[in-house]
Amino acid sequence: MTTRSRIPFYFGVAALVTAGIALAVLRHVEMGVPWFSDEQRPLWMVEARIDFVARGEPVLVSLSIPENPPGFRILSEQAASPGYGFSIIEDAGSRRAEWTVREAEGPQNLYFTAQLVQDPSRPRQKDETDPEPEDVFWEEPLATAVQEVLQRAEAKSSTPESMTRELIRLLQSDDPDQNISLLLANGDKIQVLTRMLNHSGIPARITDGLKLEDARRRQSLRPFLQIHNGDQWLIFNPESGQQGLPEDVVLWRENSSSLIDLNGGTNSQVSFSMLRQTVPSMQLAQAESSASGFGMLSLYQLPIEEQSMFRMLMLLPLGALVVAFMRIVIGVKTSGTFMPVLIAVAFLQTSLVPGLIAFVSVVAIGLLLRGYLSSLNLLLVSRISALIMLVIFLTTGISIVGYQMGFSAGMTVTFFPMVILAWTIERMSILWEEEGPREVLTQGTGSLVVAVCAFLAMSAPLAGHLTFNFPELHLVVFAVVLLLGQYTGYKLSELRRFEPMKAYDK
Amino acid sequence: MKWVSPFVLNRLGLLNMNRRNVDYILRYNDRAAYPLVDNKLKTKLAAAEREVATPRLLQVVSQQHEISHFRELVDQLEGFAIKPSKGSGGKGIMVIIRRQGDDFIKGSGATVTLATLERHLSNILAGLYSLGGAPDVAIVEELVKTTLALERFSFRGVPDIRIVVFQGYPVMAMLRLATRASDGKANLHQGAVGVGLDIATGRCVNAVQFNRSIVLHPDTGLSLDDIEIAGWTQMLEMASRCYEATGLGYMGVDLVVDADQGPLLLELNARPGLSIQMANGCGLLPRLQKIEKLKRPHFTAEKRVDYAMAEFGR
Repeated sequence: MTTRSRIPFYFGVAALVTAGIALAVLRHVEMGVPWFSDEQRPLWMVEARIDFVARGEPVLVSLSIPENPPGFRILSEQAASPGYGFSIIEDAGSRRAEWTVREAEGPQNLYFTAQLVQDPSRPRQKDETDPEPEDVFWEEPLATAVQEVLQRAEAKSSTPESMTRELIRLLQSDDPDQNISLLLANGDKIQVLTRMLNHSGIPARITDGLKLEDARRRQSLRPFLQIHNGDQWLIFNPESGQQGLPEDVVLWRENSSSLIDLNGGTNSQVSFSMLRQTVPSMQLAQAESSASGFGMLSLYQLPIEEQSMFRMLMLLPLGALVVAFMRIVIGVKTSGTFMPVLIAVAFLQTSLVPGLIAFVSVVAIGLLLRGYLSSLNLLLVSRISALIMLVIFLTTGISIVGYQMGFSAGMTVTFFPMVILAWTIERMSILWEEEGPREVLTQGTGSLVVAVCAFLAMSAPLAGHLTFNFPELHLVVFAVVLLLGQYTGYKLSELRRFEPMKAYDK
Repeated sequence: MKWVSPFVLNRLGLLNMNRRNVDYILRYNDRAAYPLVDNKLKTKLAAAEREVATPRLLQVVSQQHEISHFRELVDQLEGFAIKPSKGSGGKGIMVIIRRQGDDFIKGSGATVTLATLERHLSNILAGLYSLGGAPDVAIVEELVKTTLALERFSFRGVPDIRIVVFQGYPVMAMLRLATRASDGKANLHQGAVGVGLDIATGRCVNAVQFNRSIVLHPDTGLSLDDIEIAGWTQMLEMASRCYEATGLGYMGVDLVVDADQGPLLLELNARPGLSIQMANGCGLLPRLQKIEKLKRPHFTAEKRVDYAMAEFGR
């Protein structure tokens, strides 16, 4: 017989490991599934509250709400407003929340809540069309003052950005000259700025930002200046001239439409309150998974009930790996190859110590009863069937007695696979008759040790997290099991078994 | 606890279980040939084709209702052996050496009734002793009468000779003697004595009980060094012919010597144990590798045995 080259085999194993790890890394990067289950990420709950007085006629309230705010991601939005119809309307690049009611009278308040996650990597959306500067008309003597100030700023700047900074600096100066004083006296500073920039041919507009601070109530929006440099919109702080948006500010309203429109009411006011929460990043990843294409390949898409089943199923390969390792490398003797894994899965439900006690007592009592069965001279199949029933009676008995005595842990004994228990008892009993109690003890302890090891591996929170959320990591486990199948070295137990060979070593 | 370093084992050329499974059993043993080995009825037929003698078959019990035929047969018998056809590792074998009135005396000296025998047969049919619990048939064989030369060394039980045959070459052999500790069984881990046999001569090279070197049989007190198997070459050739009979590249051949019929094949084993190395006090690996490196294998059993006797003798 010829020996096949092992190179394709090792190549395949390497490919499996790389594929598994690469997919897992991709999932981590693309979907933000965290490596560790206890990773926390901040989540902002922002609540906009609208107060107004209704006049007893049909009411339409329309609030501008954020759409793709830079540096943030909207996780969820909802409105609380008893009696009002609510919808979110998107048109022409603006999103608005609209409340409607046939008739309302007296003070009203409406709530709009959004959950925001900080996400610095999120790119800004580009505008399709380049905006045009608005036409601005100034009356004299303002026109001359504007002319003069703009000329001064232009002389010191070269780009729209530097022009903006220069203008802000001029308007901000502690010792304003005549022209500037005149301008500031005729309007809000930021409005004057916007109009002057538009006048000089730079498209500019006012946006509203909300500064996020934990547990603040009754906050209002702050205006920010936005200019277009021919390529994209840039944000300036109208007070300091600082370019860019601070990290803790979320842009609530970006286009020039109004913050709130109210029909059928008066005295409208919008205020904001916010709360910082930390949620496991796992929860975030799950909430966002449906959006991305990669998410289709994850288990989150299944109904919750099936998910919990898969959670268990995905742990099994780990148990199988432990059994393979314990048998091939350590050389532990077990009764039935994968019986320990099934017992370990049962331990997951019962928790370790009650599970061990229940398992050992059922098997021990079962062995005693099996002794009586063997004296009845039954055929094998009916003996096993009888044993299965006895095991069921035993577990029922343990559950009832345990419950009556106040140990609810006794109930969990039903998680043990009955048929496996029956076969274990049968095999142990035959082993006892043929090889003596010593061998029963060896194999019994071996099985339990392997079961406990498998249980420890499977019950580790990290194991459960990784196997369920990164199913592709099973390719790595698969490759390791394949490699173990090629292990031709000594088992640990053999170093003991062959110890007498030392005598022949010259 | 005492341990041995893996380097010492490597120096001795010890074949370990993982290596045996991956490099020899999986590579040289064709799965399709396993039924020939795992089923004693098929082994008998295949062996007969290659003129390898086996204990005479008295009856095959394959159905529950055929147990009544066994009741008729047993009246005419003095001693016999009941075996599950697909049993492994000697499990389920019951040897009756003589009768005492209506009762039967087992090899271990215990007395059993006909009802026990019938229950044993029905257990075999249900697959209690077969691999994976598959339904099985029971075979009833003539009792082997051990030659006096070997019988005196054994405490009850029939001494048998295990020869590991690799690609038709006998590479290592041992004699297994039952002891009081092993309850008349020839299983080494139960305390039977394993006597390593020189492939060239059939003489004892080393003897162990519970893996420890011994010189005298623990029960009979006879010096194990004196053991020499008569008709050794013939036995090796028989074992070698089993390769042609089954096509298994790596197997264990279990032989017994009958006082009247000479060497008989008891059973074949597709996964021969590793303890034969401890009985011989040397590793299998160098011998296996020597045969693997052979450019031109020998085509007849005689030539293979000649080669093995020349190469692997002490």
